[in-house]
Amino acid sequence: MRRVVVTGLGLVTPLGGDVETTWANILASKSGASRITRFDASDQKCQIACEVKPADHEYGFDPDKRVDHKVQRQVDPFIIYGIDAAGQALEDAGLEDMSQELLERTGCSIGSGIGGLPGIESESLVLHERGPGRVSPHFVHGRLINLISGQVSIKYGLMGPNHAVVTACSTGAHSIGDAARMIREDDADIMLAGGAEGTICPLGVAGFAQARALNMSYNDRPEQASRPYDKDRDGFVMGEGAGVVVLEEYEHAKARGAKIYAEVVGYGLSGDAYHVTAPHPEGKGAELAMRMALRKAGMDPSDIDYINAHGTSTMADTIELAAAMRVFGSDLSGASMSSTKSAIGHLLGGAGAVESIFCILAIRDQIVPPTLNLDNPDEGTEGVDLVPHIPRKRPVNAVLNNSFGFGGTNASLVMKKVD
Amino acid sequence: MSDTADRVSKIVVEHLGVEADKVTQEASFIDDLGADSLDIVELVMAFEEEFGVEIPDDAAEKITTVGDATKYIEEHKG
Repeated sequence: MRRVVVTGLGLVTPLGGDVETTWANILASKSGASRITRFDASDQKCQIACEVKPADHEYGFDPDKRVDHKVQRQVDPFIIYGIDAAGQALEDAGLEDMSQELLERTGCSIGSGIGGLPGIESESLVLHERGPGRVSPHFVHGRLINLISGQVSIKYGLMGPNHAVVTACSTGAHSIGDAARMIREDDADIMLAGGAEGTICPLGVAGFAQARALNMSYNDRPEQASRPYDKDRDGFVMGEGAGVVVLEEYEHAKARGAKIYAEVVGYGLSGDAYHVTAPHPEGKGAELAMRMALRKAGMDPSDIDYINAHGTSTMADTIELAAAMRVFGSDLSGASMSSTKSAIGHLLGGAGAVESIFCILAIRDQIVPPTLNLDNPDEGTEGVDLVPHIPRKRPVNAVLNNSFGFGGTNASLVMKKVD
Repeated sequence: MSDTADRVSKIVVEHLGVEADKVTQEASFIDDLGADSLDIVELVMAFEEEFGVEIPDDAAEKITTVGDATKYIEEHKG
């Protein structure tokens, strides 16, 4: 069977415009949360978010590095983040100059949970206030979810499969899992896979707040708001950004002497069949996804060293943990489990990809990232290493990443070190 | 350069992200400045906004160079 490995990484997050800056800040236990600066949020119930910082910020993002000025004017932020993260990943993999033959064997699967909400919001106002003749000709293709894959393919000449997953907050994980299958099925030798989101706009924040999913009692203490597993958690903090990996067929990567970060060995998918926003109270869907990923990997629960939890800082955290305990045992067989959403917020469609990259870096550096703000662990968390406050040095050979989304869609990925 | 030509050039530079010295009156939007048909639709909208003129579709189709735009606007602005 064709094996699939990760040979390149790219990140745009609230803690950095690239992989190493973000990871250094994650390991320094920094928070990317602040009061919303993007728009006047004073009339919103939730007034905080983890925004991607401007270029002049200490760990800001400079869109001019990889995204053409004209494209920047035409598209929503999620597409800009996605193009840049994809470019980073290609450069990291040493694939800037590919032969035509290889370009035809290289594809894209970069999705988003929601897509261009800020642009839909603002252009809808243009329509209502000034009429249809003033709506931008770039309105549609500047907002569509598959336009990260489209733009990246055009920019780099990638003529392999061009795909985009839309499964809410599971998008990033499904994108990687599906793209790995495309390589395994011989549709491509290389796939750029990941997810992006950029919905920090009045309509996005109001919508999630009205669905009672966002935190609302930490407006004066933004850095403390995302606190997975803590007794005082009260909803997620919205994040934004993108994560993209280069997936590559193992023999192909080996033959060109590529740096190999990890192998994608297991992928599990399931549906809750329960409720549009709430997870199944017993976490049955989550459990099915984790079990399937382990089975596909041919691994025992005790082989896993680190679990990057979905852990959004909502009531669902302990449901996920209970499901993990059923799969891995009450002490998770010694695995550490943390939620990096405590630092960068919830990147929605980007989360699964960004967090998979953190898992890969945990393998590379033999250190697991922390769960910030875990001051008073909730009942049901006893006996589990949730990595409170600071990172933990430990052997990390195999990891599992969970992502769950509205609609009851679940994805788990298992990756391991390649010897 | 006339005031109209100057303002037209500024809009073209901003929208297409091209160097100002490439935006001559003779420059073709598509052949010289890398625009596509949608970019021209957007430019025409921007000219309408800036100069308070209406450029109907049949007139817009005939605007292929920066100079065409300048000329049309000079002839039609109020």
